[in-house]
Amino acid sequence: MTVIFQKTKGLTDTPFTYCPGCTHGIIHRLVAECLEELDILDRTVAIASVGCSVMSYEFFNCDAIQAAHGRAPAVATGVKRVLPNKIVFTYQGDGDLASIGTGEIVQAAHRGENITVIFVNNAIYGMTGGQMAPTTLPGQITTTSPYGRDVSKQGEPIRMSELMAQIPGAAYIERVMTADPVSVRKAKRAIKKAFEIQKNGGGFSMIEILSSCNIGWGLSPVDSLKYIKEDMAAYFPLGVFKDKGAAQ
Amino acid sequence: MKGRVTFNTDRCKGCGLCVSVCPVKLIELDKSVVNAIGYNPAYPAYPDKCIACTNCAIMCPDTVITVERLDD
Repeated sequence: MTVIFQKTKGLTDTPFTYCPGCTHGIIHRLVAECLEELDILDRTVAIASVGCSVMSYEFFNCDAIQAAHGRAPAVATGVKRVLPNKIVFTYQGDGDLASIGTGEIVQAAHRGENITVIFVNNAIYGMTGGQMAPTTLPGQITTTSPYGRDVSKQGEPIRMSELMAQIPGAAYIERVMTADPVSVRKAKRAIKKAFEIQKNGGGFSMIEILSSCNIGWGLSPVDSLKYIKEDMAAYFPLGVFKDKGAAQ
Repeated sequence: MKGRVTFNTDRCKGCGLCVSVCPVKLIELDKSVVNAIGYNPAYPAYPDKCIACTNCAIMCPDTVITVERLDD
Protein backbone atom coordinates (compact mmCIF):
# COMPACT_ATOMS: atom_id res chain seq x y z
CA MET A 1 0.00 0.00 0.00
CA THR A 2 1.49 3.30 -1.10
CA VAL A 3 0.22 6.76 -0.28
CA ILE A 4 0.08 8.58 -3.61
CA PHE A 5 -1.64 11.76 -2.49
CA GLN A 6 -1.69 13.47 0.89
CA LYS A 7 -1.68 16.97 2.33
CA THR A 8 1.62 18.70 1.58
CA LYS A 9 4.02 19.87 4.30
CA GLY A 10 3.92 23.26 2.59
CA LEU A 11 0.54 23.97 4.19
CA THR A 12 -0.11 24.46 7.89
CA ASP A 13 -2.94 22.61 9.66
CA THR A 14 -5.04 25.79 9.83
CA PRO A 15 -8.30 25.21 7.93
CA PHE A 16 -8.79 27.56 4.95
CA THR A 17 -11.17 30.46 5.53
CA TYR A 18 -12.41 30.29 1.93
CA CYS A 19 -16.01 29.56 0.90
CA PRO A 20 -16.92 25.94 0.02
CA GLY A 21 -15.69 25.11 -3.47
CA CYS A 22 -13.41 28.17 -3.81
CA THR A 23 -10.43 27.28 -5.95
CA HIS A 24 -8.14 29.49 -3.85
CA GLY A 25 -7.68 26.32 -1.78
CA ILE A 26 -6.48 24.37 -4.83
CA ILE A 27 -4.05 27.13 -5.78
CA HIS A 28 -2.69 27.36 -2.23
CA ARG A 29 -2.04 23.64 -2.31
CA LEU A 30 -0.32 23.80 -5.72
CA VAL A 31 2.02 26.57 -4.54
CA ALA A 32 2.77 24.70 -1.30
CA GLU A 33 3.43 21.44 -3.16
CA CYS A 34 5.84 23.21 -5.53
CA LEU A 35 7.73 24.77 -2.60
CA GLU A 36 8.00 21.37 -0.92
CA GLU A 37 9.05 19.53 -4.08
CA LEU A 38 11.72 22.13 -4.94
CA ASP A 39 12.96 21.88 -1.33
CA ILE A 40 12.80 25.65 -0.82
CA LEU A 41 10.16 25.76 1.91
CA ASP A 42 12.65 26.75 4.61
CA ARG A 43 13.95 29.75 2.66
CA THR A 44 10.74 31.07 1.16
CA VAL A 45 9.02 34.32 2.10
CA ALA A 46 5.38 34.67 1.04
CA ILE A 47 3.87 38.12 0.60
CA ALA A 48 0.13 38.05 1.31
CA SER A 49 -2.07 40.64 -0.36
CA VAL A 50 -5.44 42.17 0.49
CA GLY A 51 -8.59 40.36 -0.60
CA CYS A 52 -9.87 36.89 0.14
CA SER A 53 -6.24 35.74 0.32
CA VAL A 54 -5.42 38.27 3.05
CA MET A 55 -5.04 35.41 5.57
CA SER A 56 -2.80 33.31 3.31
CA TYR A 57 0.14 33.89 5.68
CA GLU A 58 -1.70 31.58 8.09
CA PHE A 59 -1.84 28.77 5.53
CA PHE A 60 1.61 28.65 3.88
CA ASN A 61 4.11 26.82 6.05
CA CYS A 62 6.85 29.39 5.42
CA ASP A 63 7.70 32.91 6.52
CA ALA A 64 5.24 35.53 5.37
CA ILE A 65 4.47 39.23 5.39
CA GLN A 66 1.09 40.85 4.85
CA ALA A 67 1.40 43.85 2.51
CA ALA A 68 -0.82 46.90 2.09
CA HIS A 69 -3.46 46.67 -0.65
CA GLY A 70 -1.77 46.21 -4.03
CA ARG A 71 1.73 46.76 -2.65
CA ALA A 72 2.82 43.11 -2.44
CA PRO A 73 5.32 43.41 -5.36
CA ALA A 74 6.91 46.44 -3.68
CA VAL A 75 7.27 44.56 -0.38
CA ALA A 76 8.61 41.54 -2.29
CA THR A 77 11.18 43.81 -3.97
CA GLY A 78 12.42 44.97 -0.58
CA VAL A 79 12.65 41.46 0.86
CA LYS A 80 14.40 40.05 -2.21
CA ARG A 81 16.94 42.87 -2.40
CA VAL A 82 17.86 42.65 1.29
CA LEU A 83 17.80 38.84 1.38
CA PRO A 84 18.67 37.73 -2.18
CA ASN A 85 19.00 34.07 -1.18
CA LYS A 86 15.35 33.88 -0.15
CA ILE A 87 12.67 32.72 -2.56
CA VAL A 88 10.06 35.48 -2.55
CA PHE A 89 6.57 35.21 -3.99
CA THR A 90 3.44 37.32 -3.84
CA TYR A 91 -0.05 35.82 -3.80
CA GLN A 92 -2.49 38.38 -5.19
CA GLY A 93 -6.04 38.52 -6.47
CA ASP A 94 -7.31 40.51 -9.44
CA GLY A 95 -8.68 43.35 -7.33
CA ASP A 96 -5.28 43.66 -5.67
CA LEU A 97 -3.02 43.21 -8.69
CA ALA A 98 -5.06 44.51 -11.64
CA SER A 99 -6.69 47.47 -9.92
CA ILE A 100 -5.09 49.18 -6.93
CA GLY A 101 -1.73 47.48 -7.44
CA THR A 102 -1.31 47.92 -11.21
CA GLY A 103 1.48 50.46 -10.68
CA GLU A 104 3.44 48.20 -8.35
CA ILE A 105 3.22 45.08 -10.49
CA VAL A 106 4.16 46.90 -13.71
CA GLN A 107 7.13 48.66 -12.09
CA ALA A 108 8.36 45.48 -10.36
CA ALA A 109 8.36 43.72 -13.74
CA HIS A 110 10.07 46.71 -15.38
CA ARG A 111 12.86 46.54 -12.83
CA GLY A 112 13.14 42.82 -13.56
CA GLU A 113 12.92 41.88 -9.90
CA ASN A 114 13.73 38.21 -9.35
CA ILE A 115 10.39 37.39 -7.72
CA THR A 116 7.41 35.16 -8.51
CA VAL A 117 3.86 36.48 -8.66
CA ILE A 118 0.89 34.15 -8.22
CA PHE A 119 -2.04 36.08 -9.70
CA VAL A 120 -5.46 34.62 -8.92
CA ASN A 121 -8.01 36.02 -11.38
CA ASN A 122 -11.65 35.33 -10.45
CA ALA A 123 -13.16 38.29 -12.34
CA ILE A 124 -14.74 39.81 -9.25
CA TYR A 125 -14.04 41.45 -5.88
CA GLY A 126 -14.89 38.39 -3.80
CA MET A 127 -14.07 39.45 -0.25
CA THR A 128 -16.07 42.68 -0.26
CA GLY A 129 -19.22 41.04 -1.63
CA GLY A 130 -18.88 40.46 -5.36
CA GLN A 131 -18.41 43.90 -6.92
CA MET A 132 -17.24 44.51 -10.49
CA ALA A 133 -13.47 44.25 -10.90
CA PRO A 134 -11.23 45.38 -13.80
CA THR A 135 -11.29 41.73 -14.92
CA THR A 136 -15.09 41.28 -14.82
CA LEU A 137 -16.25 39.84 -18.16
CA PRO A 138 -18.43 41.85 -20.59
CA GLY A 139 -22.07 41.32 -19.61
CA GLN A 140 -21.18 39.65 -16.31
CA ILE A 141 -23.62 40.45 -13.50
CA THR A 142 -22.10 41.60 -10.21
CA THR A 143 -23.50 43.59 -7.28
CA THR A 144 -22.24 46.85 -8.87
CA SER A 145 -23.16 45.88 -12.44
CA PRO A 146 -26.66 44.43 -11.93
CA TYR A 147 -27.47 44.69 -15.68
CA GLY A 148 -24.14 43.15 -16.67
CA ARG A 149 -20.84 44.91 -17.40
CA ASP A 150 -21.45 47.46 -20.16
CA VAL A 151 -18.18 47.84 -22.07
CA SER A 152 -19.30 51.18 -23.55
CA LYS A 153 -19.39 52.65 -20.05
CA GLN A 154 -17.02 50.54 -17.98
CA GLY A 155 -14.51 49.51 -20.64
CA GLU A 156 -13.14 46.13 -21.57
CA PRO A 157 -11.72 43.74 -18.96
CA ILE A 158 -7.97 44.06 -18.55
CA ARG A 159 -5.84 41.15 -19.75
CA MET A 160 -2.92 41.31 -17.34
CA SER A 161 -0.79 38.51 -18.78
CA GLU A 162 -0.80 40.07 -22.25
CA LEU A 163 0.03 43.46 -20.72
CA MET A 164 2.86 42.10 -18.57
CA ALA A 165 4.33 40.13 -21.50
CA GLN A 166 5.10 43.45 -23.23
CA ILE A 167 7.46 44.47 -20.42
CA PRO A 168 11.12 43.81 -21.26
CA GLY A 169 11.99 42.97 -17.63
CA ALA A 170 9.48 40.13 -17.34
CA ALA A 171 11.06 36.69 -17.78
CA TYR A 172 8.10 34.31 -17.68
CA ILE A 173 4.38 34.98 -18.02
CA GLU A 174 1.80 32.20 -18.32
CA ARG A 175 -1.97 31.94 -17.88
CA VAL A 176 -3.52 28.69 -16.59
CA MET A 177 -6.84 27.71 -15.01
CA THR A 178 -8.28 25.45 -12.32
CA ALA A 179 -11.35 24.11 -14.12
CA ASP A 180 -10.70 20.35 -14.07
CA PRO A 181 -8.04 17.86 -12.91
CA VAL A 182 -6.08 18.21 -16.18
CA SER A 183 -5.87 22.00 -16.02
CA VAL A 184 -4.95 21.88 -12.33
CA ARG A 185 -2.03 19.57 -13.16
CA LYS A 186 -0.96 22.03 -15.89
CA ALA A 187 -1.28 24.92 -13.45
CA LYS A 188 1.07 23.14 -11.07
CA ARG A 189 3.67 22.71 -13.81
CA ALA A 190 3.47 26.44 -14.58
CA ILE A 191 3.85 27.43 -10.92
CA LYS A 192 6.79 25.08 -10.51
CA LYS A 193 8.48 26.51 -13.57
CA ALA A 194 8.08 30.04 -12.21
CA PHE A 195 9.73 29.08 -8.92
CA GLU A 196 12.53 27.26 -10.78
CA ILE A 197 13.18 30.42 -12.80
CA GLN A 198 13.48 32.45 -9.61
CA LYS A 199 15.69 29.79 -7.99
CA ASN A 200 18.05 30.00 -10.98
CA GLY A 201 18.10 33.80 -10.90
CA GLY A 202 16.03 34.06 -14.07
CA GLY A 203 14.07 37.16 -13.10
CA PHE A 204 10.44 38.24 -12.83
CA SER A 205 7.77 35.59 -13.36
CA MET A 206 4.00 35.80 -13.12
CA ILE A 207 1.46 32.97 -13.31
CA GLU A 208 -2.12 34.10 -13.83
CA ILE A 209 -4.60 31.48 -12.66
CA LEU A 210 -8.25 31.66 -13.71
CA SER A 211 -10.12 30.85 -10.52
CA SER A 212 -13.71 30.62 -9.38
CA CYS A 213 -15.81 32.71 -7.02
CA ASN A 214 -18.98 30.64 -6.88
CA ILE A 215 -20.59 32.79 -4.17
CA GLY A 216 -19.86 36.05 -5.99
CA TRP A 217 -20.93 34.63 -9.34
CA GLY A 218 -24.10 33.11 -7.87
CA LEU A 219 -23.29 29.65 -9.22
CA SER A 220 -22.75 26.24 -7.63
CA PRO A 221 -19.10 25.16 -7.16
CA VAL A 222 -19.41 22.66 -10.03
CA ASP A 223 -21.08 25.19 -12.38
CA SER A 224 -18.34 27.72 -11.56
CA LEU A 225 -15.72 25.36 -12.94
CA LYS A 226 -17.74 25.22 -16.16
CA TYR A 227 -17.89 29.04 -16.20
CA ILE A 228 -14.09 29.23 -15.91
CA LYS A 229 -13.65 26.81 -18.80
CA GLU A 230 -16.30 28.18 -21.15
CA ASP A 231 -16.61 31.88 -20.38
CA MET A 232 -13.44 33.06 -18.67
CA ALA A 233 -11.00 31.06 -20.78
CA ALA A 234 -12.73 32.42 -23.91
CA TYR A 235 -11.87 36.01 -22.95
CA PHE A 236 -8.60 35.23 -21.16
CA PRO A 237 -6.82 32.75 -23.48
CA LEU A 238 -4.53 30.26 -21.77
CA GLY A 239 -0.91 29.83 -22.65
CA VAL A 240 2.66 31.07 -22.27
CA PHE A 241 2.86 34.76 -23.15
CA LYS A 242 6.54 35.22 -22.50
CA ASP A 243 9.42 32.86 -21.90
CA LYS A 244 12.76 34.66 -21.97
CA GLY A 245 14.62 31.44 -21.24
CA ALA A 246 13.19 29.69 -24.30
CA ALA A 247 13.79 32.72 -26.55
CA GLN A 248 17.55 32.80 -25.88
CA MET B 1 -5.30 -0.51 -10.37
CA LYS B 2 -7.03 -0.44 -7.01
CA GLY B 3 -6.99 2.43 -4.58
CA ARG B 4 -8.40 3.72 -1.35
CA VAL B 5 -9.59 7.23 -0.56
CA THR B 6 -9.84 8.49 3.01
CA PHE B 7 -11.55 11.72 3.98
CA ASN B 8 -10.61 14.09 6.81
CA THR B 9 -14.34 14.54 7.29
CA ASP B 10 -14.28 17.43 9.75
CA ARG B 11 -12.41 19.67 7.24
CA CYS B 12 -14.86 18.96 4.40
CA LYS B 13 -17.10 21.86 3.32
CA GLY B 14 -19.33 19.67 1.15
CA CYS B 15 -18.67 21.62 -2.08
CA GLY B 16 -19.01 18.46 -4.17
CA LEU B 17 -16.08 19.10 -6.55
CA CYS B 18 -14.66 15.64 -5.74
CA VAL B 19 -18.07 14.09 -6.52
CA SER B 20 -18.12 15.82 -9.92
CA VAL B 21 -14.66 14.70 -11.07
CA CYS B 22 -14.63 11.07 -9.88
CA PRO B 23 -14.59 8.95 -13.06
CA VAL B 24 -16.13 5.91 -11.32
CA LYS B 25 -18.68 7.89 -9.28
CA LEU B 26 -17.69 6.42 -5.93
CA ILE B 27 -18.02 9.62 -3.86
CA GLU B 28 -21.28 11.10 -2.54
CA LEU B 29 -22.23 13.81 -0.09
CA ASP B 30 -23.53 12.25 3.13
CA LYS B 31 -26.86 14.01 3.68
CA SER B 32 -27.42 12.09 6.93
CA VAL B 33 -24.41 13.66 8.64
CA VAL B 34 -23.54 17.25 9.60
CA ASN B 35 -19.84 17.59 10.37
CA ALA B 36 -18.05 19.77 12.96
CA ILE B 37 -18.13 22.85 10.70
CA GLY B 38 -21.76 22.43 9.65
CA TYR B 39 -21.64 20.81 6.23
CA ASN B 40 -22.76 17.50 4.70
CA PRO B 41 -19.33 15.93 4.13
CA ALA B 42 -18.25 13.84 1.16
CA TYR B 43 -17.63 10.16 1.78
CA PRO B 44 -16.66 7.13 -0.30
CA ALA B 45 -20.08 5.51 -0.90
CA TYR B 46 -18.63 2.74 -3.08
CA PRO B 47 -15.02 2.45 -1.83
CA ASP B 48 -14.28 -0.74 -3.78
CA LYS B 49 -14.60 1.12 -7.08
CA CYS B 50 -11.56 3.35 -6.45
CA ILE B 51 -8.93 3.27 -9.22
CA ALA B 52 -6.42 5.57 -7.45
CA CYS B 53 -6.60 8.28 -10.12
CA THR B 54 -6.29 11.11 -7.48
CA ASN B 55 -8.73 13.34 -9.40
CA CYS B 56 -10.80 13.93 -6.26
CA ALA B 57 -7.79 14.92 -4.17
CA ILE B 58 -6.47 17.21 -6.93
CA MET B 59 -9.75 19.13 -7.11
CA CYS B 60 -10.40 19.26 -3.34
CA PRO B 61 -9.99 22.90 -2.24
CA ASP B 62 -9.55 21.97 1.43
CA THR B 63 -7.00 19.12 1.24
CA VAL B 64 -9.48 16.73 2.81
CA ILE B 65 -8.58 13.64 0.78
CA THR B 66 -5.70 11.17 1.04
CA VAL B 67 -5.29 8.57 -1.72
CA GLU B 68 -3.49 5.25 -1.40
CA ARG B 69 -2.65 2.76 -4.10
CA LEU B 70 -3.34 -0.82 -3.08
CA ASP B 71 -0.58 -3.13 -4.28
CA ASP B 72 -1.65 -6.42 -5.80
